[in-house]
Amino acid sequence: MIIFEFLNRQLLKMQWLYDLVEQLVEKVFGLEMTSRLGGSVHFFIYDVVKIFILLSVLIFSISWIQSFFPPERTRKILGRHKGFSANLLGALLGTVTPFCSCSSIPLFIGFTGAGLPIGVTFSFLISSPLVDLASVILLASIFNWRIALAYVVVGLVLAVAGGAVISKSRMESYVEPFVYTTPIGEAGQETLTMKDRLGFSRNQVLDIIKRVWLYILIGVGIGAVIHNWIPEEMVTAILGQDKWYSVLVATLVGVPMYADIFGTLPIAEALVYKGAGLGTVLAFMMGVTALSLPSLIMLKRVVKPRLLGLFFGVVTLGIIIIGYLFNGFSWMFL
Amino acid sequence: MRIKVLGPGCKNCENLADNTKAALKELGLEAEIEKVTDFAEIAGYGILSTPGLVVDDKVVSSGKVLKPKDIVKLLTK
Repeated sequence: MIIFEFLNRQLLKMQWLYDLVEQLVEKVFGLEMTSRLGGSVHFFIYDVVKIFILLSVLIFSISWIQSFFPPERTRKILGRHKGFSANLLGALLGTVTPFCSCSSIPLFIGFTGAGLPIGVTFSFLISSPLVDLASVILLASIFNWRIALAYVVVGLVLAVAGGAVISKSRMESYVEPFVYTTPIGEAGQETLTMKDRLGFSRNQVLDIIKRVWLYILIGVGIGAVIHNWIPEEMVTAILGQDKWYSVLVATLVGVPMYADIFGTLPIAEALVYKGAGLGTVLAFMMGVTALSLPSLIMLKRVVKPRLLGLFFGVVTLGIIIIGYLFNGFSWMFL
Repeated sequence: MRIKVLGPGCKNCENLADNTKAALKELGLEAEIEKVTDFAEIAGYGILSTPGLVVDDKVVSSGKVLKPKDIVKLLTK
């Protein structure tokens, strides 16, 4: 246990980095840690460095795992299951299948056209951006393991339940007909060597960092401002967990936004520090990552408005419920 | 040789098309690179993640932005 705690504090929470940046802020910049400016400079440098280190290590290891689960393989595995277990498997595989939002349409056509029930495809589409392995470990670093694990569980429940509701609604006819009539070719799977997998992982790290570094800087910047300049009373007045409307506000603000989960985490960190409810902040994060205007616009090309509306409604409602649950039980996590 | 780059026109697809051009230049080959952006057509090739690379109607890669030297290897095989 002591060893675990030591590793947790030094590797995951990076206590050494915290102390190092503290030295830098106090000795080199000559700023007091307790002053507003000193505090925000510390928050900014420490969070940026920590997120970039964790991100690189995490994406490298996760990409390596992901290289064993190309979507083609996921589809094959999913095709062998039916009913609830297919939804659950869809949600689980969503967390390990490499996925980018511009791939969601070919994937939707490929899954649905191959005869997978739409509910299973939606379970996959909900969990894939929501429960990303890297974001889970970052949650553990910024908050703690209990929150990270609870996040995974509720994320998967949302994906399974959302998919199941969509299955039950029998909305197959609300998928654009061309999805079913498109002949599905069978692309051969390449066999990868260890060297290929490592190369793939390295490229993923470079790609993702190139894509998200700006989001991270902006996110940490906003976090640093919230952390030291916004009065606590203001945050708790709008987002405090005793305010019944806080989760609704957070979800409504988060849903249309599109940002990377890595950019949203520092904002979440600062908000919780300032007294926002845990469930409120998680609802905001889930809204930002799971639903966004660009992805809805993409999906609109393959499904009709009614099915799209159902998907949107189910996920939004799920996020709101999760927000309230986390607020209600936050004493178990913090 | 006919080469197609499959993808809805996101950044990765552009990069793959550029890398393919570079690979062709390195090999001194002349070939037309066609960009396929229609989702139905992309799915018809059986790929589930973009961008995809198709040489003479055969999918040689999907879900990856190949580097020029990888494409050279694929083309000379």
